[in-house]
Amino acid sequence: MEAYINGISAISPQNTFSGGLLPIEPVGYSGIRSLKCIEPKYSDFIDPMVSRRMSRIIRMGVCAALKCLSEAGIRNPGAIITGTGLGCVEDTGKFLNSVYENEEKLLNPTPFIQSTHNTVAASIALLLKCNNYNSTYGHRAFSLESALIDGLMLLNEGSAENVLVGALDEMTPELFSITDRLGFWKRQAIDNLTLGNSGGRGTIAGEGAAFFMLAGSRTETSYAKICSIRMLYRPSGIDETKSWIREVTGNGNPGLVILGINGDEKTDTVYEQLIEEAFAGIPALYYKHLCGEYDTSAAFALAMAAGILREKRIPEIMKTGRFPDVVPSRILVYNHLRNTDHSAILVESC
Amino acid sequence: MPERVIITGTGIISSIGMNYEENLNSLRKGITGIGKNSHLETIYSDEIPVAEVKSGNRELRALAKVPQKSLFSRTSLLALIAAGEAVERSGIRNEDGLRTGLISASTVGGMDRTEIFFKKFRTEKSQGRIREVISHDVGDHTEAIASAFGIREFVTTISTACSSSANSILLGARLIENGILDRVIAGGSDALTLFTLNGFNSLMILDKRGCMPFDDDRNGLTLGEGAAYLVLESETAVTKTGKKGLCVLTGYGNACDAFHQTASSPEGDGAYMSMDKALGKAGMHPDRIDYINAHGTGTKNNDLSEGKAVERLFKDSLPPLSSTKSYTGHTLGAAGAIEAVFSVMAIEHGCIWPGIRFISKMKELSFEPVTSLTTGTEVRNVMSNSFGFGGNNTSLIFSKC
Repeated sequence: MEAYINGISAISPQNTFSGGLLPIEPVGYSGIRSLKCIEPKYSDFIDPMVSRRMSRIIRMGVCAALKCLSEAGIRNPGAIITGTGLGCVEDTGKFLNSVYENEEKLLNPTPFIQSTHNTVAASIALLLKCNNYNSTYGHRAFSLESALIDGLMLLNEGSAENVLVGALDEMTPELFSITDRLGFWKRQAIDNLTLGNSGGRGTIAGEGAAFFMLAGSRTETSYAKICSIRMLYRPSGIDETKSWIREVTGNGNPGLVILGINGDEKTDTVYEQLIEEAFAGIPALYYKHLCGEYDTSAAFALAMAAGILREKRIPEIMKTGRFPDVVPSRILVYNHLRNTDHSAILVESC
Repeated sequence: MPERVIITGTGIISSIGMNYEENLNSLRKGITGIGKNSHLETIYSDEIPVAEVKSGNRELRALAKVPQKSLFSRTSLLALIAAGEAVERSGIRNEDGLRTGLISASTVGGMDRTEIFFKKFRTEKSQGRIREVISHDVGDHTEAIASAFGIREFVTTISTACSSSANSILLGARLIENGILDRVIAGGSDALTLFTLNGFNSLMILDKRGCMPFDDDRNGLTLGEGAAYLVLESETAVTKTGKKGLCVLTGYGNACDAFHQTASSPEGDGAYMSMDKALGKAGMHPDRIDYINAHGTGTKNNDLSEGKAVERLFKDSLPPLSSTKSYTGHTLGAAGAIEAVFSVMAIEHGCIWPGIRFISKMKELSFEPVTSLTTGTEVRNVMSNSFGFGGNNTSLIFSKC
């Protein structure tokens, strides 16, 4: 099974939405523990009367989806599938607060209605009046991957000619303080672009909304081709991860890998071991200094992979170590979340 | 030809029973699980009935065989119990080299634990026991099952509101048909929470008398809790292991109503499309359906639009229809799987489950739900509907092997 990526739109802490997709001129933030998205001018995409009622994640998701569709020249996609680790966090927190604040009485239902994980996919369908297949995955660092596999299957089955797949997660002050207490983030504020050699435990928080228009055939707007998506839950150890990676790449190594290195010295050892063995001699890029850590961050990496394959250039800021002058035709995106959810996406130029 | 998808095991826990046998018995005897709450703490205890699983978390931990000190959410405990039963009843073993996946579903996941944490945390950010919140996300309970049964190569969670677990069954079938997996444990789980009770109450769609699906005087749904899982296997895998299948998943359809975030379109367009797609997939004329397990929440809006869509699609060949939410309440992310298990039971035991809590026929519809138990009949094909917020509609068709 494979699919062409014929449109991409990404709202991220970089200028990926309004500028070029690739961070040729990366945005650095100094003294931060959490990266926030650079939000577009929504009124260019959504009627302000409609977006007024939307929470931030819904606005970001709908806006990214609409731009992705327009780039690919699709009005009514054959399916809409989203993935989100934590869903609509802001509205969930808002409603939960109100339950206690108002002692369960006279609550405003709007944040409850908009708290469900499928709100964004449903809002897109509502705006487009799209009655086609519609689904939402909510599984940590498998959310994007599951949505992509579903999309590839729809194309393979002939159930849809094209599929809009999106992945999104938002960070809120409340979520940051909870996850901070869980020890996810570095104690010290850092400059994001130095994340790779920051040392110590924890990483920096991030967020993003990225959409991909998938189809069974190549068009003028094609970026790249997704060849394989695989997930591995809780591998027994590095050896299993290694043999699984070999299985994913099959015959022939990728020309480039994009790794989920996040500056946490404990969990980054998985990448380091792979760089030494399974990925030995393969140039490696990393991306989490650009977008931060979140459940669906692999979507940012996938957008980068597709951008690199189409534009045939590699952003300096993503390179790790010494780097040969290559223009790869095959890129593997490999990410893991706290060494539990491991995923690999193989992309080829087309 | 894609592989046929065989159901080889089912497991269930709901307000009408802690396991398969108890649920079956309650359906046969017409016993509802709707009543006063005894575990959820809310100011609405005397006002709003719910359909609670009868055991507290202590008993659930014992049934799920996890340590009493563990901090599993109620959603995870329900999931572990029902998935455990499904695995046991199907007799699948992890060592036989078949590619096995797990797809669960939930709308609020570990919200029950989050609420304990949040009550303290919201007033002082350093307060609340932080370990209470690690099970918050909807994927947590799925990983609890995956870890318990050693499933590693395909683990995911669907969250499409009230159709979540119908979509996990649909996805399971497609993964088998596409040759990606040989078998899948698919289902969903949701515990009762203050969040959902107050959410639906704020929408003013909780019937204070308890839900009355397809009744002219219906006034809303009743929230329930539970979990259910089905073991789906490819025909090749079933043949290889020499197992006997319970039934076949012959049809499925997913469509989006795209009408309103919470309300269904008046003519039930999304419902019509998901049922029509399911029939199309099964290659079946509507007159071959012997029973419809309706979504039938008991809200004014759902039952009318679902009823209209059923009339439009089935015309003169309308089969017996009922909503088993009159027994279990609306179990949200678990509803699709719970009702799928009831549909499989109907085929296995040759029964058609009557709708209970019904008094008067809806004026707008030509039909009323079936209200008496049919036994000893051949039930060949059952359609099960699940519709959710956001217009996420899914229909499944189960057929005799």
